Amino acid sequence: MSDTAPATFRAATDESPLFRIVLTVIVLSLLVLLLFAPLVAVFYEALRKGWVTAVTSLADPEALAAIRLTLTVAAIAVPLNAMFGIAAAWLITKYDFRGKALLITLIDLPFSVSPVVVGLCIVLTFGANTWIGALLVQAGHPVVFALPGIVLASMIVTFPFVARELIPVMIEQGRAEEEAALTLGASGWRTFRTVTLPNIRWALLYGVLLCNARAMGEFGAVSVVSGKIRGQTATMPITIEMLYNEYLSVAAFALAAVLAFLAFVTLGLKTFLEIRHADALAAARRH
Amino acid sequence: MHIDIDEISKRFGTTAALNPVSLAIPSGALVALLGPSGSGKTTLLRILGGLEFPTSGRVLFDGQDATGLSVQDRRAGFVFQSYALFRHMTVFDNIAYGLNARPRATRPQRAEIARRVTKLLELIQLPDIGARYPSQLSGGQRQRVALARALAIEPRMLLLDEPFGALDAKVRKELRQGLRDIHDTTGLTTIFVTHDQEEAMELADLVVVMSMGRIEQIGKPQDIRAKPASAFVREFICT
Repeated sequence: MSDTAPATFRAATDESPLFRIVLTVIVLSLLVLLLFAPLVAVFYEALRKGWVTAVTSLADPEALAAIRLTLTVAAIAVPLNAMFGIAAAWLITKYDFRGKALLITLIDLPFSVSPVVVGLCIVLTFGANTWIGALLVQAGHPVVFALPGIVLASMIVTFPFVARELIPVMIEQGRAEEEAALTLGASGWRTFRTVTLPNIRWALLYGVLLCNARAMGEFGAVSVVSGKIRGQTATMPITIEMLYNEYLSVAAFALAAVLAFLAFVTLGLKTFLEIRHADALAAARRH
Repeated sequence: MHIDIDEISKRFGTTAALNPVSLAIPSGALVALLGPSGSGKTTLLRILGGLEFPTSGRVLFDGQDATGLSVQDRRAGFVFQSYALFRHMTVFDNIAYGLNARPRATRPQRAEIARRVTKLLELIQLPDIGARYPSQLSGGQRQRVALARALAIEPRMLLLDEPFGALDAKVRKELRQGLRDIHDTTGLTTIFVTHDQEEAMELADLVVVMSMGRIEQIGKPQDIRAKPASAFVREFICT
């Protein structure tokens, strides 16, 4: 029928051209206003007094310490959360047990709880005036106002990302391929390595990248547990806030630009991998 | 290899998937487990393959107790309902998977693996598809690749779960003959699950009719047709 229909007829799912233009304009202006403009402003402010001033402010020991701390926290928190995320998704999708719905809700909890509350919970659990905290301080491993607390806070806040990405993919794929590998004589570990992991790698990568971006940018929870000790427990977002409050706007924006740049690197890496493995990606989806 | 199923039962929580059933399968037979969905036929097949373990009873392979044998040690070639081909691997790598998974001591050389995969591709009459991915194959081709992958491990038996279920009528008829041929060439004890009585009657030497977790009748196709043992069998065979 569609062959004989006049060209002016639209498919049922098509909108009118005017509606489409209005929708596009709204979305694009929101993107420019909310995403693009602030990013440009950050880089503009950072470079307002020239490259030299910006770079000099980054070479400051406190700024360097902040960058190092943020990268360290991400380097610990992200791999651990990737592991926990895989384990949680595995448990939820491959087994049936009582309390599964509760577990799924618990995994989502960090999304619904304010990060500041997460930070307070850590202080209330591991602070020096609790018995666990006192014990840890005595052993020379304080949690609050130290690296472990910051890592813990970042991990709790970013916990859902990997599991959330993996669960729908693993539910869709079911267990048949893993069972097939087992009947062919593969051990559990080999099955995981050669069948499960390749099948979830894109979802895993995406979850890890989101997790990483959030871990590096986390402010609320970390600001409560870190104690904001300059050069020691101040991460990049916290150092940025402190510099900004002290009217050191070039230094603040220079550091903010570095943080934004790290996010770009993350996104660029994802795009690069997607382009490079486009064939495998398409093959995996078409099946 | 002959298989003895001795008073096997299986419960999932409070529901009984399989009431105690017994069945002797002679070596080299082509057996159909026939029944409607929920009759326990797939559960029985999965117990034979080691993917489920029975609540009670024993499984014997050539007279040896195999009830607790792990899925890897059973060496059962299993063809899954939707074939479960590894979607991120080529057809070649799919078929070679079982050989590559062997411990180093018993793993064939790379060239030997390639030779065996080539031979299997010839056996399923698809010699040129080694480099393709499962998503690039038709349903019938996927089924044959799944069969080749199961045969690659030199299995002691062949277990197939609704092997023709996902195919259209014409391809189904062709592949029935294909399975018959492969069974006759390899001489493997072969058990397949189906809900299609015509398929069971046409293909199998021995048909096991199941309903609600029980075996209703065991017999040759013509005997079952001539003398149905119960009202259920009569009804199921005639429709």
